[in-house]
Amino acid sequence: MTGFSFRRFLAMLRKEWIQMRRDPTTIALTVAVPLLQLFLFGYAINANPRHLPTGVISAEHSRYERTLTTALANTGYFDIRSFATEREAELALARGDVLFVLNIPPDFARALDRGEKPSVLMDADATDPTAIGYATAALAALGANVFSRDQPAILGTQTTAPPFEIVLHARYNPEQVTALNIVPGLIGLILTFSTLVITALSITRERESGTMENLLAMPVRPAEVMLGKIVPYVGLGYVQTLLILTTSVVVFAIPVRGSVLLLLAALGVFIACNLALGFTFSTLARTQMQAQQMAQLALLPSFMLSGFMFPFQGMPVWARAIGELMPLTHALRICRGLLLKGNGLTEIFPDLWPMALFAAVVGVIAVRSYRETLD
Amino acid sequence: MVTDLAIDVHDLSKSFGARKVIDGLTLQVPKGEICGFLGGNGSGKTTTIRLLCGLLKPDGGGGTCLGFDVIREAVQIRQQIGYMTQRFSFYGDLTVAENLEFVARLYQMPQRDRAVRDVMQRMELADRATQLTSQLSGGWKQRLALAACVLHAPQLLLLDEPTSGVDAKARREFWDMITTMAAGGMTVLVSTHYMDEAERCRRIVYLSGGRLIVQGTADEVVRQTRLITFEATGPDIDRVAVALRREPGVESVAVFGRALHVAGMERAALERVIERYRGGLSWHEVEPRLDDAFIHLLREQGSGG
Repeated sequence: MTGFSFRRFLAMLRKEWIQMRRDPTTIALTVAVPLLQLFLFGYAINANPRHLPTGVISAEHSRYERTLTTALANTGYFDIRSFATEREAELALARGDVLFVLNIPPDFARALDRGEKPSVLMDADATDPTAIGYATAALAALGANVFSRDQPAILGTQTTAPPFEIVLHARYNPEQVTALNIVPGLIGLILTFSTLVITALSITRERESGTMENLLAMPVRPAEVMLGKIVPYVGLGYVQTLLILTTSVVVFAIPVRGSVLLLLAALGVFIACNLALGFTFSTLARTQMQAQQMAQLALLPSFMLSGFMFPFQGMPVWARAIGELMPLTHALRICRGLLLKGNGLTEIFPDLWPMALFAAVVGVIAVRSYRETLD
Repeated sequence: MVTDLAIDVHDLSKSFGARKVIDGLTLQVPKGEICGFLGGNGSGKTTTIRLLCGLLKPDGGGGTCLGFDVIREAVQIRQQIGYMTQRFSFYGDLTVAENLEFVARLYQMPQRDRAVRDVMQRMELADRATQLTSQLSGGWKQRLALAACVLHAPQLLLLDEPTSGVDAKARREFWDMITTMAAGGMTVLVSTHYMDEAERCRRIVYLSGGRLIVQGTADEVVRQTRLITFEATGPDIDRVAVALRREPGVESVAVFGRALHVAGMERAALERVIERYRGGLSWHEVEPRLDDAFIHLLREQGSGG
């Protein structure tokens, strides 16, 4: 034996090249993944989100109110919508339907006319500090001259200080600690990793090792195989959830404002989504490697478009639409809402049913695509 | 449905893409028989077995297996058959006993522990009950696979090249077990490439290109080929064998220890050739062996698909 032989190395290289060509799925995925990444990063992700949904509650309608809301809209950061009652606005904020609520007090117009310095209250959903960062900065810059044309001339020329005050109330995460946003999100992310990837490999492993043929020849039904393979991982998922939750509370001082039981139940639905998806992949893939790649293909948009890494509201409509399809998006909102906002069933329901629907639809696909024959 | 046939299928066909693997196969196997399934590589043996136990759906044809329709009643068939795959397919990270228990549970056997214990006793696996399956040698893996197949006392055993890669002693013992089970009323369909195994079968079915070419007892199969075989003994048979292979009318030449077999279809042509190689050898006509017949069949049909 000699040392390194270039020809033997070439022989090895050649063999690998042939094997690569024989696996078109892998090649397709190696092309698709970077392209997907590029488009998601390039178009969907926006660290400076504009057009954030903003609710307005106004006790009386005045020209000042109209001017103020127009000025807010003109900054490009706020999309204004009206709420009749404080309750409605509060619920919208808790659900994440709006990120801001502007509360204009009853005697705002009169106070302005008198030259008093009234204040308006701006409630902000601070669970994700980055999502509202730029918008709050724009709010502060909304300064002195907003009402210069509306106020009585005599007042407008007299003062350079702003005629009113905006009191920003950072809700749910008043200190705007990023960890408070990231850690509850991590629960969903880690669960996706552990449950989706592992189940994606489970059936393909049986097929690759030949044990599938044996299983198929025995009187065991698809649903039995599927549930039998999935249930252990549900247990594993819950162990992980409790571990992360405990650590989050102890180490990161994450508040638990909602019901832990409700959280566990909602995460159960989320785990079901991942397992169903993973199982579908493992019935479609021919090899474990393909199953792994399919799982990665699903993971990637989950990270990017769910609102975990980047503010959800900052994405264009199409990206948000894709995001809404993904269970992680809803799981994140539920986790953050339950832990930080103290949301209950009413508030999380809009995120609960899409996950349940996802689990049901993908579950049916999984059972359908489980082949009882070797065809 | 009362029938004496364990397997009764007709006109089965199956294609993978454009390749026709099974082409109008009709097969009947009476209950309690050991039926040897022979044919070259790729002749459709494995595919036929998979069609019989419902692992593949036939494109055409149909029939019954243990009285159940092979297309619609695959689930019922699975309860009553034992299928031993060509490739060892049990869990390497489970022990022998754990693998058997798993199978017993899938068949929902009432007295599971006893059944597992019994089968391990019968297959002499008891000493290895707690050993990890991945650490077993080829022969023991085979035994475990057979044990798992017969655990639920199936009426029909489908064995796909069960003894490939196993030593002679293990093969002998394996066949003794199969014969015992057949004597107990179990039907066995076994594919093999070994002639000694084929000779132990009550009936031989020879496949080529997804078609049934010959079937019958070993003697019948040999007779049907209408092959003529001469045997020579003497010195230098190895060298003579090489020369004979090039002669016209000679289909196969094989050396068995100290004897040389020359086979062909035309007596006159063979005799002419032999005349030229008389020197020092003693020649006489013999009954063709099963080997001769199969080599003839393989040659005639090509080596299959």
